[in-house]
Amino acid sequence: MEQVIRALFVALTVVAALAAPAPAQEAVKVGVIQPLSGSVAASGNYVRMGAEIGRDWINAKGGVLGRKVELLIEDNKSDPKEAATAAEKLIVRDKVPVIVGAWGSSMTLAAMPKLEEYGVPMIVETSSASTITKRGNPWVFRISPPSEMEALGLEKYMKDLGIKQADFLAVNTDWGRGAVGAFGDLLKRSGAQVGSAEFMEQAATDMNAQITKVKAGGGDTLFLTTSVEQITLVLKQAQEQRLVRRVITTGGSSSPSQLIKQAGAAAEGTYHILFFLPWFPEAMPDGKLAKAFVDEWAKRGHPFEGLTEGFRGHDGVLTAVEAVRLAGKAEPKAVQAALWQVSVMGLNGPIKFEKDGPAGKESGQSKPSIFIVQVKDGKIALPAFSAKK
Amino acid sequence: MDQLLQHLLNGLLLGATYSLLGIGLTLVFGLMNVVNFAHGEFYTLGAYAAFAALLLTPVHFFLAIPLAIAAGALAGALCERVLLRPLRGQSIDTVMLVMIGLWIAMQNAELLGWGGVAKSVPTPFPTHPVVLGAVSVAPLRIFVFAVSGLLILGAHLLLSRTKLGRAMRATFQDRETAALMGVSIERIHTVTFAFGAGLAAAAGALLGPVFLLYPSMGDLASLKAFSVVVV
Repeated sequence: MEQVIRALFVALTVVAALAAPAPAQEAVKVGVIQPLSGSVAASGNYVRMGAEIGRDWINAKGGVLGRKVELLIEDNKSDPKEAATAAEKLIVRDKVPVIVGAWGSSMTLAAMPKLEEYGVPMIVETSSASTITKRGNPWVFRISPPSEMEALGLEKYMKDLGIKQADFLAVNTDWGRGAVGAFGDLLKRSGAQVGSAEFMEQAATDMNAQITKVKAGGGDTLFLTTSVEQITLVLKQAQEQRLVRRVITTGGSSSPSQLIKQAGAAAEGTYHILFFLPWFPEAMPDGKLAKAFVDEWAKRGHPFEGLTEGFRGHDGVLTAVEAVRLAGKAEPKAVQAALWQVSVMGLNGPIKFEKDGPAGKESGQSKPSIFIVQVKDGKIALPAFSAKK
Repeated sequence: MDQLLQHLLNGLLLGATYSLLGIGLTLVFGLMNVVNFAHGEFYTLGAYAAFAALLLTPVHFFLAIPLAIAAGALAGALCERVLLRPLRGQSIDTVMLVMIGLWIAMQNAELLGWGGVAKSVPTPFPTHPVVLGAVSVAPLRIFVFAVSGLLILGAHLLLSRTKLGRAMRATFQDRETAALMGVSIERIHTVTFAFGAGLAAAAGALLGPVFLLYPSMGDLASLKAFSVVVV
């Protein structure tokens, strides 16, 4: 037994030595932190796939600064602690000049102090909590909308939706809590009643207690903020309990195609706030780019339902590499300064950073496009009211 | 009042699933004195085995469950032969560490094999709930509740009424005496662990369709199972 272990150990050491990256660095490294395992792994893997397409497209056009782009992808295991570790690993060990990450707001917030400590910028591609750009961390550049911006995007449809009283069911993270606040404010502004706000743990699988409470409240709408896995479970369990509500999911991570597949009839009629529409690529700000991305995604055999997350990876890498190009060198400080000059067309729309947060230590916040779709007869449709506007 | 009834029903159904999780763990701990940290992984294994059976072969949902239980029991037997048998007589801490190692290895193997994206198991049950007055419940949950009850009853009867059950209890009470009475000690160890793993796999195959399948699903299951056993 002991000999076997020793042999294995030797073998592992040899493999590790062979796999170690060559010290001479030709490629421009871009760090990526995503949840590749754990409770929100589906989303993280889709973002990774999108980031890889972004990398390959850039490399096919000759890379940046005459060098190839290389992605160093770290798994944050859907866990904020791991996100901080991953950021430190990418910065200290791999010496990346820029990072794209870290999906969830709590994971991003946990990684942020490391950015400040070592002085490396991060493109935030998914997180919605408004606090991310309000904390005075000048290394943060967000291309996804904070919940407040999403709520503003929904505001013009409030009359058409006719919400009188809404309840909230959200994941108990910075994202979920932030969304409840932002959409609660929207309701109050629009003169609607705010009912109960229920929370669930990120890994929870049985939400029957929360659903029963929401049902007793008697509202007409339920705002649902969590990962697609939990949305699936909530919709299924809501159907079991005959909860009749207009469901609106927030955060853009609901992947309605996956919901149709996994929740079936329970997904019927639900509304989803999204930032990429793979069903209608021509309706995106850059229709040709969106179409090319959807086709490439299919060509690689990636599941269609991942596209609503996957585009984030592409846009994140695009932004990071554009900043490196503008900086003229792959150094964190120069890339940070160059990020303010970035003006590119992403899959979601134009990416350009504006200052957000306390003066002198502002973070960058882009103004993404926001869309709303509805599941109708087991298909994705643009709601009648959004089509006419 | 309606809310109270629905909460009670939810609690009852959830409790039944937790007890199904706990029973396999109790058995292995109570009889073998092995703290099985990999319990949740046998649960995951059962869920994925049922999923694989449905995906790769034309078997019916009801047949996929016994197949998953068989897969879990087989993996349990293998684990006992390869890992636990050489450690017989070692301290409980040593065994615990090995089981933690097995947990990590199995979870990462699942991640490697199935990927991180959650899977949904199709069932023949209608998604529309059964309505009983003010409360409602999904048919699948009733099925899970019933099968859990049967499995718990079956395990109890096996331990208390059969020769094998008596041999199991005798072995773990007094090894030497049991051996002198003609009980095959080695075989009992293997069977007991396989039995515990099979029950975990049963829980996975039953609860997988209720929830979703992903490689770390066993962590939550383990947590609940340990709470059940300790409380």
